Amino acid sequence: MLERSPKPVVEKPTLHESAALHVTGTATYIDDLPEPRGTLHLAPGLTRIAHGRLVSMDLSAVRAAPGVITVLTAADIPGQNDTSPIGAHDEPLFVTDSITSEGQILFVVAAETRAQARAAVRRAVVETETLDPILDIDTAREARAPCAVPGRTMTRGDAEAAIAAAPRRLSGRIVMGGQEHFYLEGQAALALPGEGPEMIVWSSTQHPTETQAMVAHLLDVPANTITASVRRMGGGFGGKETQANQTACLAALVAHHTRRPARLRLDRDDDMVMTGKRHDFAIDYTVGFDDDGKIHGVDMLLACRCGWSADLSGPVIDRALTHADNAYFYPAVRLRSLPLRTNTVSNTAFRGFGVPQGALAAERVIEEIAFATGLDPNTVRLRNVYENGQLTPYHMTVEDSITAAILTDLARRCGYDTRKAALRASNAKAAEEGRVLRRGIAMTPVKFGISFTATHYNQAGALVHVYTDGSVQINHGGTEMGQGLHTKMMQVAARVFGLPQSDIRLTATTTDKVPNTSATAASSGADLNGMAVLDAATKIRDRIRDFAAERYNADPGTIRFHNSEIHMETGQGTLVESFAAVVRQAYLARVSLSSSGFYKTPEISWDPATGRGHPFYYFAYGAACAEIVIDTLTGEYRIDRVDILHDAGLSLNPEIDRGQIEGGFVQGAGWLTMEELVWDKKGALRTHAPSTYKIPTAFDMPRVFNVALLEDVPNRKATIFRSKAVGEPPFALAACVLFALSDAVASLDDHRTCPRLDAPATPETVLACIERLRAGKSATGHGTKIEVPATDADPVRDPVG
Amino acid sequence: MQGSALAAAVAQTGLVQAAPPDPDAARDALTGSFSIVINSAPHQMTVDTRVTLLDLLRERLMLTGTKKGCDHGQCGACTVLVNGRRVLSCLSLAVMHDGDHVTTVEGLAEGHGPDAKLHPMQAAFLEHDGFQCGYCTPGQICSAVGMLDEWRNGAPSLVTDDLSAHPELSPAELHERMSGNICRCSAYPNIAEAILAVSREGA
Ligand code: FES
Ligand code: FES
Repeated sequence: MLERSPKPVVEKPTLHESAALHVTGTATYIDDLPEPRGTLHLAPGLTRIAHGRLVSMDLSAVRAAPGVITVLTAADIPGQNDTSPIGAHDEPLFVTDSITSEGQILFVVAAETRAQARAAVRRAVVETETLDPILDIDTAREARAPCAVPGRTMTRGDAEAAIAAAPRRLSGRIVMGGQEHFYLEGQAALALPGEGPEMIVWSSTQHPTETQAMVAHLLDVPANTITASVRRMGGGFGGKETQANQTACLAALVAHHTRRPARLRLDRDDDMVMTGKRHDFAIDYTVGFDDDGKIHGVDMLLACRCGWSADLSGPVIDRALTHADNAYFYPAVRLRSLPLRTNTVSNTAFRGFGVPQGALAAERVIEEIAFATGLDPNTVRLRNVYENGQLTPYHMTVEDSITAAILTDLARRCGYDTRKAALRASNAKAAEEGRVLRRGIAMTPVKFGISFTATHYNQAGALVHVYTDGSVQINHGGTEMGQGLHTKMMQVAARVFGLPQSDIRLTATTTDKVPNTSATAASSGADLNGMAVLDAATKIRDRIRDFAAERYNADPGTIRFHNSEIHMETGQGTLVESFAAVVRQAYLARVSLSSSGFYKTPEISWDPATGRGHPFYYFAYGAACAEIVIDTLTGEYRIDRVDILHDAGLSLNPEIDRGQIEGGFVQGAGWLTMEELVWDKKGALRTHAPSTYKIPTAFDMPRVFNVALLEDVPNRKATIFRSKAVGEPPFALAACVLFALSDAVASLDDHRTCPRLDAPATPETVLACIERLRAGKSATGHGTKIEVPATDADPVRDPVG
Repeated sequence: MQGSALAAAVAQTGLVQAAPPDPDAARDALTGSFSIVINSAPHQMTVDTRVTLLDLLRERLMLTGTKKGCDHGQCGACTVLVNGRRVLSCLSLAVMHDGDHVTTVEGLAEGHGPDAKLHPMQAAFLEHDGFQCGYCTPGQICSAVGMLDEWRNGAPSLVTDDLSAHPELSPAELHERMSGNICRCSAYPNIAEAILAVSREGA
């Protein structure tokens, strides 16, 4: 068993809303839905070259294949061949002419069985012209390829002058890789045609409203004819914010043409080749500082690989820019972004949405200053963390900074100073005795801005019904992907009505109950939807209260909803009636027992043109400390211990939040260590299955994992019950793993040289870094690049197009 | 794109030119009949010999509790118990299971409906919140049941030092033995707590 700190008992943990279903295998995901009569099964035909032109496509053999009902291409789209989520019109559903990435869709086959559809795909005869692909950041920069979205600059003060005037300065580069979501449930959709233009699309989507809109545009029908629905996802992590649309659109198009239900679950390899991933970055930094480790000025250029279309790259990179300070005050600063268009999958949202990338660069700068000054990195951190009243690079005043307190508290709790001294001593001894293991330790904080930068996204709706038997049904615009949102929403309603969670039923997220919703993203699901549920439930509760006051002649101010009962003070003393009985009376008295709810986040603003504003309602804070051990002969390593102190405000559900912290951290550690995406020279993704793309298993858990929530620190802002968003911030905490590895490597030359260890720090990368240090070479700041020869035959994937 | 060499290439025609005889034409010859007991219910089945045990469960018998994560034997989501031993059902052809007893997550509990008595492993996952999105859960539970059996029978693992002694279920042992079941949500700490609780009960 893992060693874990004792669980804080803030309140009795509420059971996951689907717990009993999950353990019995009866919680249904899209591909588990009972198949309607006549369901067709789909398989997409994909491009296999990264860049070129479609010359001709002969699908006659595909159409003639056994079981095939129809084969559809761009020509069969009644509306728009466009799935760009931001209206950039650069993301056709089907290729018509130019091919800009491997894994783009050429056609879709619908057959009686899945095997028939997949077998038929292979019969396509596709002729293409190949052009040289632009695959990575360096090549894109050299080629001066056009950007996927416009770059942006954020400035405050004169960074150049401040750096020039500073006593010391240094420059470097940090490179960090992308990341595959690997949601365990792949992309899936089932489309059911209805009367006339009506259609229901069950889709594993984080954004049903967008899926609805995409399908409506595709079929050229109004939004009011399409319903998009999802009960739960088997993981999303941002990978189903926009990337679910393709799959849903293919199913909808087939259902539209055949008038039969159409089902598609992407094959895992296809899924990995087709869908966008986390943006990889190369960040160049120059910092001016002094001998005390105080930063005077920072200049950064954040270049990233966007892939073949804009998708959400704009907002992702904005978030990287707004978090390239992580938790530190830059007296003068210039941050520029370079969002590069490449012939690879279109990179997209992934837990953290650019924050982990920006924050990692800030932490590298801190590490560099520590090496340059000889100070402990934590001392450098504490000397530069925000004080309240200071301005961010986007000119927002920080008012809730607790980074210094969290860092200090965590250092004390986990014994950072003594352990660090002990590690240094044990490394020295190991060196003396010629042993190969070296240990490292590092601590990093996070300050994570909460709210969508697109201001209009910060709204939410809910729908609550109370039935005459006293049972309650709630619905809201957020989607459940394992983050426990639905459980939290049920807790909110249960609290308002004074009912046990078992009397609350939560139904699937669906566009015909709550319309015009935002994506469940930006960690804002509970913040936004919680307030909307609160609004709806409170409206009904107030109606019941007013009714009860009149009916029972009670003082409305004394009426309490508690324990499935309604307690009130009347002239005759205290009266207690069951909730159900009062509800029944209210119904007979014609009181409305249903209400919608709405919420919009106050105080926020953002001007994308100037890169200034108040884009975040508040910040969520945290800090983590990692201790690792590396084998200097092989570059292999193990995470021995992790301590986390995290700020969830007054947590809505400490058990769920703890799971989010552990899960986010481990996923972040995977990104920085073992998860490596490799494209070959022709632009084919060679890591398109878990056999070649390694994600953390149980065996990769930290040996000791202590997670604590900051206690009794309510959110200063009036969020739902003063809680804080918790889905993404812990992901960025994993930075400490990379810097702990770097600390261990640095011991090889007595901490004289900053190893400039890049991510993912796979054992190969660590070993290369070790050898570089041993050879006394100054670090290049570039990760090892693996050259992968392109091959013509891919043994795993069905090669088409 | 400037400087790019325009190379006309005929792609993929090879697939059609070299196409083997149509496999679908001989479909009837490729079916196999067998009997199998699934969650205590006997079934007489005739299926295409290429159908996996996973597809048999999900598509033919509507037992959708067993999940398909990768279909390549690399994630563990499809783990079921065959004669008490854990098996990746996506890597196993259905016709190979003539006479076998298969238990899926739906068959672990005793009885059905509200009176069903959960298997201790299911109860422990419930108690310890051993899931987030829940997609890996059926595979984790079946795998954990099989794993504890292997461990109780003294089977060593990769990290067992002394092959002759009965290994203690240390964190390293537990994690190594469960490392074939990926949880992308990383609910691993709670999953491990659940399994450990059951290992103590039954020991
Ligand atoms: S589905 Fe069988 S191991 Fe992944
Ligand atoms: S709970 Fe989501 S994959 Fe395990």
